[in-house]
Amino acid sequence: MIAINNYLALASILFVIGIFGVFLNKKNIIIILMSIELMLLAVNINLVAFSTYLNDITGQIFSLLVLTVAAAEAAIGLAILVIYFRNKGTIAVEDITEMKG
Amino acid sequence: MIVVSLLFYLFSFIMIASAFMVILSRNPVHSVLFLILCFFNSAGIFLILGAEFLAFILVIVYVGAVAVLFLFVVMMLDVEFKSISSTVISYLPIGLTIGVIVLAELMLVLFTWKRDYSVVDNLSATIDTQYSNTEIIGLVLYTDNILFFQLAGLILLASMIGAIILTVNHRPSAKRQDINKQVERDAESSIKNIDMKPGSGI
Repeated sequence: MIAINNYLALASILFVIGIFGVFLNKKNIIIILMSIELMLLAVNINLVAFSTYLNDITGQIFSLLVLTVAAAEAAIGLAILVIYFRNKGTIAVEDITEMKG
Repeated sequence: MIVVSLLFYLFSFIMIASAFMVILSRNPVHSVLFLILCFFNSAGIFLILGAEFLAFILVIVYVGAVAVLFLFVVMMLDVEFKSISSTVISYLPIGLTIGVIVLAELMLVLFTWKRDYSVVDNLSATIDTQYSNTEIIGLVLYTDNILFFQLAGLILLASMIGAIILTVNHRPSAKRQDINKQVERDAESSIKNIDMKPGSGI
């Protein structure tokens, strides 16, 4: 059996890549949404790894719920993106401060 | 055993490389395709961990629904292809600082972490090897965790309603069905007799 530290290292590297994606990208909000998906995937890997190594199924149940919330979040985020693009004609992150009301 | 290790390292290497390509590639469509590659490899890692149900759910729900949704939106919006490098210089210091801090903290936790063996005594749903992974998830999800299951359904319903309300397009010119008008309609208001003269139209 592969040591659990390998899985944890993989998950933390993936999480940090997600953080980089959120911070370094100011042109394209779709990439930011994809980075959030990457971060949720890293969390899922952690949950499943601990679930297997502790021999307890609850981690996988929790991971299933994280998947549900991620799907809902992607749907809402993309819907907001579509109406923003319909109004402004761009999805640059820098211009979104105009949405302040 | 060595095969499993090799597979693990192969999957993780491809996964990290494709995650980098997701945030660095110039074309958003390529980003989505690399995201799909990343999901496939994490499904492989879930299989190595013995979580078959989650691996298939990841392929079906993430690749089949969420990634395709991303692909739809990317192609529909027709965004200009701009590289991350045009803005990367101004945001590199803050991004690098926060990324390195988070990575350092995670690695600190990782290398000083010790397993507390007393936790094995408090497990709530131990995996029984006589059932398959899907059966075990079903046995626990629909009994002990039924509340969370139903809340997940509620979240999906709310997000579906929210997405529809956000994107529905009310054009005043579009003809719509008015149920009240249809029900109130009767013969007197909709039929009228016209006295036609021969050889002329209405």
